[in-house]
Amino acid sequence: MSAQEVLPLGGLDSERSGHFRADHLLVAEMVKPGSKVLDVGCGDGDLLQLLETRGIDGRGIELSREGVNRCVAKGLAVVQGDADTDLVNYPDDAFDYVILSQTLQATRQPRVVLENLLRIGRRAIVSFPNFGFWKMRLQLLIGGHMPRTENLPATWYDTANIHFCTIKDFVELCDEINVKMERSVALDLYGRPVPLNLPWWVWNMFGEQGVFLLTRGGGK
Amino acid sequence: MVGVTSIPSPAISADERSHEVDHPSSLVAHFGADQPLPLDCGVDLSPFQIAYQTYGELNADRSNAILICHALTGDQHVANVHPVTGKPGWWETLVGAGRPLDPSQYFIICANVIGGCMGSTGPASINPATGKVWGLDFPVITIPDMVRAQAMLIDRLGIDTLFGVVGGSMGGMQVLQWTAAYPERVYSALAIACSTRHSAQNIAFHELGRQAVMADPDWHNGGYADHGIHPHRGLAVARMAAHITYLSDAALHRKFGRRMQDRELPTFSFDADFQVESYLRYQGSSFVERFDANSYLYLTRAMDYFDIAGDHGGVLAKAFTGIKTRFCVVSFTSDWLFPTSESRALVHALNASSARVSFAEIETDRGHDAFLLDVPEFFDIARAFLESAGKARGLNGKNS
Repeated sequence: MSAQEVLPLGGLDSERSGHFRADHLLVAEMVKPGSKVLDVGCGDGDLLQLLETRGIDGRGIELSREGVNRCVAKGLAVVQGDADTDLVNYPDDAFDYVILSQTLQATRQPRVVLENLLRIGRRAIVSFPNFGFWKMRLQLLIGGHMPRTENLPATWYDTANIHFCTIKDFVELCDEINVKMERSVALDLYGRPVPLNLPWWVWNMFGEQGVFLLTRGGGK
Repeated sequence: MVGVTSIPSPAISADERSHEVDHPSSLVAHFGADQPLPLDCGVDLSPFQIAYQTYGELNADRSNAILICHALTGDQHVANVHPVTGKPGWWETLVGAGRPLDPSQYFIICANVIGGCMGSTGPASINPATGKVWGLDFPVITIPDMVRAQAMLIDRLGIDTLFGVVGGSMGGMQVLQWTAAYPERVYSALAIACSTRHSAQNIAFHELGRQAVMADPDWHNGGYADHGIHPHRGLAVARMAAHITYLSDAALHRKFGRRMQDRELPTFSFDADFQVESYLRYQGSSFVERFDANSYLYLTRAMDYFDIAGDHGGVLAKAFTGIKTRFCVVSFTSDWLFPTSESRALVHALNASSARVSFAEIETDRGHDAFLLDVPEFFDIARAFLESAGKARGLNGKNS
């Protein structure tokens, strides 16, 4: 089963959606058409391009100069910046959604970044690699070395990912800073959602990555 | 006595330069007594004229016009042979067939700024009230004054909204002033190597240049035209100092190092032993062939006074509230005159105003001058930015 079969996207034919990453398709599906979105750590702008096909007003921040220049050369509204230091410069409620796709684990202060996402945006969409994934556990348990996967091929000494977490860890952080999960999806190794009706520990074991639609929680 | 050679005198006579001041080799828009230019200093400038060049054709919708704003010592001759120096246009890297600003696609306009000396009214022009050169009787002008004059020209050309306003350095300041003063008339803005305010260091360098001009006895308190001379030594020194700020340590080192000029050994004199000295002297003497000393004083002053936030209660974002213009801001890593931090401050203000902005910092060791040079990464960005804005604007890519 391919990604687009499980993640039908209005306005995109299956041939085109096949070009996009499974987690991007899932994120795009979570965003209401016509809304205003900030993609933090937008890389080469693939997700922003996908969002623009859905009539979404997208902006991006990207740390690497090469990434920014490639985005700008695609005509995207992207600025060079750092999630850790530059989010404070954005005013409250500036966006309908702020997206942090596969970047949380590379920030210095994930908690502060997460708080900023939900200050700037009325909603946040966060995806990250799940370090509780069974293959990761197996590499530590059997191999006795830091896990490396197809999606995370860097060795421990040159990885940019300094704050790995599991889905369980992330859920706990959200509870702690009073963030509400509106939607949670774990994708397995093939980009397929882990069935909803299974308990959390299954997600944490079989989800290769987690994708979460978050809103501000009520007063505690 | 130790040998000395000074900066060579200009090769082109002052007459050729001063002829361009009142009778420019370009299009001229005259504004009579009924259309004065209200200046920030409180004076109404009237009559006045604006010299400008255009490339390409305005489409039927009048929607494909791009205004280029030139830098401190630039002029309207963007992409044609310069009438005084005979050199190619100053931005032929960016403007021309197959370039990011292609005249087959856009109607490109560039006007000499008010206060300049290539045909728009400035201190070197004849004051119609006295029949003599304005000199220091010319009122002090500002960047907003320059932009106000350009807006009058755009009105005259029958253009309501500019598809783009593009400029680097002082030209970038004008781009930003355009968006702050006439946001609804600017569809897209490309601001390169610039800032929303002139920094203390930049004011300091300008003051150095002005003092060099004023220290030349030929300056005669700005009245040199009456004496039939030009303070070319002072102006050349000002240019030499400024030129260093347009480069970078790495670029100078790469280009010249400590290499000697046409000699093996030091001459133990104040002759130009080093290539870098010879180069700077050439820069100085060729500049004075085409530029008026008083004009240099007025234009540097205009840059010094520039502070968009200051004009908006100290809050930069207020200048851009609710703006619909699409922005692209570009800076260069080795530019220490308008460093990336200045562009970043602008971008933060634009973000706070919810403006649509792209910002790219381009890696180069060529300093501030990089915006005038062949930097492909910059061209790719300029092209893509204008193309995507053109798509959003409904320009079909060719003249319609």
